[in-house]
Amino acid sequence: MAREATIQRKITVTAAAWVVALVIFFPILWTILTSFKSEGDAINLSHFFSTPWTIDSYFEVQSRSDYFHHFFNSVIISIGSTVLALLFSIPAAWSMAFAPTSRTRDLMMWMLSTKMMPAVGVLVPIYLIFKTLGLLDNVWGIMSILMLMNLPIVVWMLYTYFKEIPVDILEAARMDGATLGKELVYVLVPMAVPGIASTMLLNIILAWNEAFWTLNLTTINAAPLTAFIASYSSPEGLFWAKLSAASTLAIAPILVLGWISQRQLVRGLTFGAVK
Amino acid sequence: MGSIQLQHVNKSFGAHAVIPDASLEIKDGEFVVFVGPSGCGKSTLLRLIAGLEDTTSGQILLDGQDMTAAPPARRQLAMVFQSYALYPHMTVGQNIGFPLKMAGMDKASIEGKVKEAAAVLNLTNYLDRRPRNLSGGQRQRVAIGRAIVRQPKAFLFDEPLSNLDAALRVNMRLEISELHQQLKTTMVYVTHDQVEAMTMADRIVVLNAGNIEQFGSPMELYRHPANRFVAGFIGSPRMNFIDGPEAAKHNAASIGFRPEHISVSATSGSWHGTVGVAEHLGSDTFLHVNVDGLGLMTVRTEGEKQLHHGDAVWLTPDPQRVYRFDKDGRSLAAA
Repeated sequence: MAREATIQRKITVTAAAWVVALVIFFPILWTILTSFKSEGDAINLSHFFSTPWTIDSYFEVQSRSDYFHHFFNSVIISIGSTVLALLFSIPAAWSMAFAPTSRTRDLMMWMLSTKMMPAVGVLVPIYLIFKTLGLLDNVWGIMSILMLMNLPIVVWMLYTYFKEIPVDILEAARMDGATLGKELVYVLVPMAVPGIASTMLLNIILAWNEAFWTLNLTTINAAPLTAFIASYSSPEGLFWAKLSAASTLAIAPILVLGWISQRQLVRGLTFGAVK
Repeated sequence: MGSIQLQHVNKSFGAHAVIPDASLEIKDGEFVVFVGPSGCGKSTLLRLIAGLEDTTSGQILLDGQDMTAAPPARRQLAMVFQSYALYPHMTVGQNIGFPLKMAGMDKASIEGKVKEAAAVLNLTNYLDRRPRNLSGGQRQRVAIGRAIVRQPKAFLFDEPLSNLDAALRVNMRLEISELHQQLKTTMVYVTHDQVEAMTMADRIVVLNAGNIEQFGSPMELYRHPANRFVAGFIGSPRMNFIDGPEAAKHNAASIGFRPEHISVSATSGSWHGTVGVAEHLGSDTFLHVNVDGLGLMTVRTEGEKQLHHGDAVWLTPDPQRVYRFDKDGRSLAAA
């Protein structure tokens, strides 16, 4: 009896989980399917699955707006902003975790609170600063603004990982003659590799998908894939198939990265939770 | 060379002084043990010497040079931590070689030195392993290896044996003592275990609430404790104390007798009492006796003595071995 009830319960829960997963996944599936249709079939929902498949939209998208140019911009911006963020946040998180003062807690809360402000609230001043400094549509400009946007989260994540490292080990390194820089390079960073890796991954994904600053501060030269997608929703009307092809091309790399690194990501995000 | 001098060292956290005012001089090559109950500031004092904590005031001199403001890396001291503090991402060989790498030594010399240290500590077969694949005793040896490899001015040990089981602890105690005989380098050792202190030290610093109660050789502390705290802390089982009229007979506010200085008889003696608990260790028997009018007393007697709960006994203290204290707990000169 009890055994049957358990099996029934398992079946119900599994079915429910599949339904939820499919509902969440459906928009992505729809986008991918639409990208392989002609513009005419794309808006005709009556034969959703039974259309002649084509990859014309992909060729058109590449020839019209050079996918690879935007792809490389996305790669440079997301990886560049992440590396910059780590360069600043590793020493910051180190000092907060291992040499805290009475104000550290407040400082961290203040940092986090900047994330609670809507980005559009500072659009005008930042736009003007960028304009004055000649950073509009510049890879370095967009890289640094994305770095600043994600810095609070990166510092917080690293702080949490560093807190788990016994301070004795860092003190041992100091006794062994390590200067502050060597202590970071030879002891802290290698020990925090899982945490740093998952912070990096998350930051790359956030930067890759960021669409507010990239759309407002770039046009062509520094425009990443988000701007590439947006260029297909134009006032003259939507081209569903091309928009879908562009979207599929834009999300594919990050989806693959996420898929490969999902174990690392889950481990990193739950780090410390089970300890 | 490795002499260490503390001059009026004070360490305070906010308004709370952990070490109010400590001065002491450790000679080159000496094995000095800091001992005291937990929270007495012994580890803080060691960390001040190491440079892991900053002094609030006072000076720390190493070989006569003022090192008060120097970072740990510049003090040329090596430390063995209670938790071993090995680098988990490095092999045993890399752990031992780390201080040499930090000193900028070339690879070939590091390898030679690491092998040498590993041979001394029986670690040659483990050089490629990671710390997590070692037993507690082996980890402790790696920690010691990391300390000896670069020939520091002095070794600092922060309760290095407290994570080991009893049998291993005795072994490691001997190994550290032997190491000291071999290297003849200054060692400062923190423990709360007075047996470790008595067996290993050339001189012992007894600390209480951040104050140095006494600094002397183990037997000096045993024979001539400066005060009641030291008398109670040094010696195992601890000294019996008696206050009131019995102490007044000796012109003191309180008197003390060590358990090994009291003889037991079934027929006659100074004080009458009943055995509460008898602990038979084989080599010795510890009797916890309820003495009429004086309270509980511990007596150490020979191992074969057959006395049990409820037996009536007579106790006689050795009159030559009475410790007398004034009302502030300070020792009075022998009567």
